[in-house]
Amino acid sequence: MSAIGPGDIAGMIGVPQYVEEGSFPVERGYVWTTCSSVENGNPLFWDDEVAAQVTGGPVAPPTMISVWFRPHHWAPGRSEAALPLQIHFDLKEGLDLPEAVMSDNTIVFHEPVRPGDRLTTSQVLRSVSEPKTTRLGRGRFWVIDVEYRNQRGELAAVESYTGFGYRRDGGAS
Amino acid sequence: MSTPVRPVLLLADVGVGDALPELAYPVTATTVVLGALAARDWRPMHHDKDFAVERNGTRDIFLNTPNQAAWFERFVTDWTGPFGRLRRMTFRMLGSVFPGDTMVLAGTVTGTGVDETGCGWAALDIVLAVGDETKTTCAAVVALPVAEDDNPWGRRGDRWTP
Repeated sequence: MSAIGPGDIAGMIGVPQYVEEGSFPVERGYVWTTCSSVENGNPLFWDDEVAAQVTGGPVAPPTMISVWFRPHHWAPGRSEAALPLQIHFDLKEGLDLPEAVMSDNTIVFHEPVRPGDRLTTSQVLRSVSEPKTTRLGRGRFWVIDVEYRNQRGELAAVESYTGFGYRRDGGAS
Repeated sequence: MSTPVRPVLLLADVGVGDALPELAYPVTATTVVLGALAARDWRPMHHDKDFAVERNGTRDIFLNTPNQAAWFERFVTDWTGPFGRLRRMTFRMLGSVFPGDTMVLAGTVTGTGVDETGCGWAALDIVLAVGDETKTTCAAVVALPVAEDDNPWGRRGDRWTP
């Protein structure tokens, strides 16, 4: 992807990139299939009367947030979609760090997601460390947020990923 | 007129050290495949055993991460009831869960409080294990009603600070 050098990092921090709209609206079929797959009997998802009283109408399970962005297995005329966490791969390539691991993944839930919502996602680089040496090799840690917003621009969730890109031979740009 | 829905668990019912009801589940190939397709995860290591063995070096297909998140959510809300509203979850994947495994989810309350907006919360440490091997850990914070007439789902904007 883009040739990112160490001098470009400061300009990337906090800037939303790879803005992408989900390819279909949030829908209840997947909600029921997901609840069924884990035998989740929470009446919020099965009983419209409970949903009306508790959540003001049907909502999707919060942990389904990333489901709405996985592309169809096939779609007519589709060009290559950006990889999830494309910034992670941009940093690996741009900083010449061929190996990488992801450690913790945190999801913070905001506005409930409802059937019919059209969600948009963007990736935001939050930080890149100075070169560090760990037992894996020498490299840099970075934190990438994936923000999800609904059609009104309200924040629905933020996923934060911590990655460590490194070289086994010890060099780090 | 419909019957009003009442909270089944209030913040005052919860204390540090409380254990959540354990959940044991025998995982089958159907569990793995259904979970992956429900999450729109078409990657072959979640439905094609030959691929999983030959390309991933695992002994079988295995549960995907988004479906594990759904298992953790179910585990938490089985305990809280519908008024429980997840604030945040942090996962650490340590090993894979395969067909034939009986996975056991166990959780403990590690903290409780009321934030500056008046929203009650409980922090939980949850472990998904197979036998004596921890496969995934999850630290979750869930909002709970502070009174019978409180509803965390009614919070928006500045009143929801997860």
